[in-house]
Amino acid sequence: MELRPILSTLRRHKLTATLLVLQAALTCAIVCNVVFMIANRLQRISVPTGIAESELSVIPSASIEEGENPQARHAADLAALRGVRGVQSAVAVSYSLPLDRSESSSGICPSKQALDRAMQLNTIEGSGCMQPAVYDGTPGLVGTLGLHLVAGRDFRPEDYVSQGKPAVAIVSRALAQHLYPGKQALGQSMYDGDNYIRIVGIVDRFLRPNLRSPGVDEDSMIWPQLPPGSGVLYVLRTAPGDRARVLQEGSAELLKLNANRLISAARTQTYEEIRAAYFQRDTTMIGLLLASALGLLFVTALGITGLANFWVQQRTRSIGIRRAIGATRGDILRYFQTENFLIVGVGIALGMLLAFLLNAELMQHYELARLPLFYLPMGALVLWGLGQLAVLGPALRAAAVPPVVATRST
Amino acid sequence: MFGYYLDLALRSLKRNKVLTALMVLAIGLGIGASMTMITVLHVMTNDPLPGRSATLFTPHLDPLPLDYKHRSDGPDPTDNLTWPDAMALLEAHLATRQAAMAGGSLLVRPARADVRPFRVDGRYATADIFAMFGISFEHGQGWSAADDASRTHVVVLGETLDRKLFGNSGGIGQVVRLGEHDFRVIGVTADWQPQPMFHADLSAQSFGDADQFFLPLTAAVDLKLPTNGNQSGWGKDDAADSMTSANMSWLQFWVQLQSPGQVQAYRQFLLDYSAQQKALGRFQRPPTEAKLYSLMGWLAHRNLVPTDVRLQLWLALGFLFVCIVNIMALLLAKFLRRSGEISVRRALGARRRDIFLQLGIESAMVGVAGGLSGLLIAQLGLWSVRHRPDDYAQLAQMDTSMLLGTFALAVAASLLAGLLPTWRACRVPPALQLKAL
Repeated sequence: MELRPILSTLRRHKLTATLLVLQAALTCAIVCNVVFMIANRLQRISVPTGIAESELSVIPSASIEEGENPQARHAADLAALRGVRGVQSAVAVSYSLPLDRSESSSGICPSKQALDRAMQLNTIEGSGCMQPAVYDGTPGLVGTLGLHLVAGRDFRPEDYVSQGKPAVAIVSRALAQHLYPGKQALGQSMYDGDNYIRIVGIVDRFLRPNLRSPGVDEDSMIWPQLPPGSGVLYVLRTAPGDRARVLQEGSAELLKLNANRLISAARTQTYEEIRAAYFQRDTTMIGLLLASALGLLFVTALGITGLANFWVQQRTRSIGIRRAIGATRGDILRYFQTENFLIVGVGIALGMLLAFLLNAELMQHYELARLPLFYLPMGALVLWGLGQLAVLGPALRAAAVPPVVATRST
Repeated sequence: MFGYYLDLALRSLKRNKVLTALMVLAIGLGIGASMTMITVLHVMTNDPLPGRSATLFTPHLDPLPLDYKHRSDGPDPTDNLTWPDAMALLEAHLATRQAAMAGGSLLVRPARADVRPFRVDGRYATADIFAMFGISFEHGQGWSAADDASRTHVVVLGETLDRKLFGNSGGIGQVVRLGEHDFRVIGVTADWQPQPMFHADLSAQSFGDADQFFLPLTAAVDLKLPTNGNQSGWGKDDAADSMTSANMSWLQFWVQLQSPGQVQAYRQFLLDYSAQQKALGRFQRPPTEAKLYSLMGWLAHRNLVPTDVRLQLWLALGFLFVCIVNIMALLLAKFLRRSGEISVRRALGARRRDIFLQLGIESAMVGVAGGLSGLLIAQLGLWSVRHRPDDYAQLAQMDTSMLLGTFALAVAASLLAGLLPTWRACRVPPALQLKAL
């Protein structure tokens, strides 16, 4: 294909071609960054929690009976809930579940020296101590949540305390590694202020209720403390198909047992709803980002088609002349395709530069990571493909112009 | 002449209906996306108390020890005041009106058997809150400073809660059980729901429901009622009661100042107070840490707009810009294709200005149509925003100023898009084109 005629034609339409290049460049820059943001959000919302998400449901219950022993109330409630058809197991937790937002955390140190260092620095940062999320719960928590114990043992009945701090704990693998890098964590004693807590078990993965940063999101520990307050979350494990019914029957059962309690209907939900609520902003954002990326590509395709249409109409006579002096339909088709390839190509080159500038700006203001290089060739391919698709219609129309047009005057 | 140009523009646009529709659609999409996001931003940065906000200020002190390290992901303790500081500011009585307050959520145990117990959100406050914020009463009135001093168990209910508890007869003079204590109802306010809830603690929901009860802060502290805001403590505390501790901040404080002189005087007072506390050894940081925020300044400081929403706005504006470039290219191609026609008009005596006007009208027509479709698309966008569960989503409505703004933006955008092509077309040299005809 001879490029010179194309270039000289484009020189005569400098302003229009420049605008098209500019549009392709902006689209390339924005779409590359938007797709990158979508990928980031997708990664964020697919974070694993380590629990059997599809089999869990929760009923929040807060007793308002005055002068009642809360732990006796929980035991009675749990007995009733286990009697509901379809409930495989049930436990009560007082603080939270992964991604349930309200979090109880505690400064935990691997050794006395680290604790002293933290006291001296007046912060746990840089002391070797960590701030894991702390989960409590009634016996059977590990099994009900479906946590995967990779070392050590589950709690024994004698481990549980109803008041004060327990002497043992199960930690997530991430916390074990962060507290005791390169060492065997099982059996170590962690310092929680003046108390020490022995690690008796390690679970594969257990996410925090509230995400902080990817490095510490899996730092959590469970200790065998029975929920002390009147407000608890009853966690029920059932087959996925039983969840809706069990939630309904379970709430009714609890109210039948003792009506003097508050059960928030809005928070009586499956675990999947808790998860969806946590990432709701991200899902909204993904939808919006996707819509704007598609919108941009659509508008750019419209622009290319519209402009190509004009140019074909404008050049009908010269196309006819070219046909008359021997150009084939394929030559004409390829002419318009190459022209589009060139324009979009210049746009892409400029767009890649803009993409990096935009990325740098976003990194500064919106905590976005650096755009990986492989997004650029992918963006280029998408834009080239889109350009070819958009120009195909007008180019085919151009190829269909009969040579006889050359003999007519406009 | 104007009518004639309008007619010409219509003819020209009709000649290529598909292309015209595409241009209108492109500008509509850009305008629609931008206006949706601008409206969301607009409602989130709204003035919650128009007409009154200019006189409201919130003082902030820094009682933190020098070695206190603020966790970047945690709340800032200096966003709120401690009990001793709040009481000192209250007793100084230097502002026209002043009130300390904190949010609380209490269990209501209705006397009526047909209403189950439920929780309501309300505010513990001092007497001036009603007059200062302009909360209007349906019945009865607020409590007095004397009630504050004597920690009287009285309560002012919101209209909705009053109706729920006492039906149409109203609850004035009745007793309502909140938590474990009885309070006598002395007033009923119209539901007061500033958006955003500028007076609430940062950790509370910023765009939420109205406060459903108000009761004296002193009574709340006396009864150790639970608060639902953030309580930040520091240092070793030896006070038995943490609510009145000098090392825990949890109170919001607002003052009403009528004149710039008064504002200046109050600022000086805060500096003096901090210096005095520092001299006494209670404060360790320099007195210049004391700040007085205006209401809107405080909202800006709190930065209620999530970064996501800002990002969405930039994205939408970027989208609009690409749309404008798109229209620009299409109009340019379209106008240049009519070089022959333009040349004939020029040769027959039309001035450049006439051509400019004619083509300008044509691009403005595209803009008006694009604006109309953009308005539709924005309404669709806002409708979908309102269906999101975010707390601010319910507020996403367009008011008249936003409607007009949308339209102005659309026309401005398309005129801008039309400017370059129109200018280029005006410069078509007539003789050259005529020769080619």
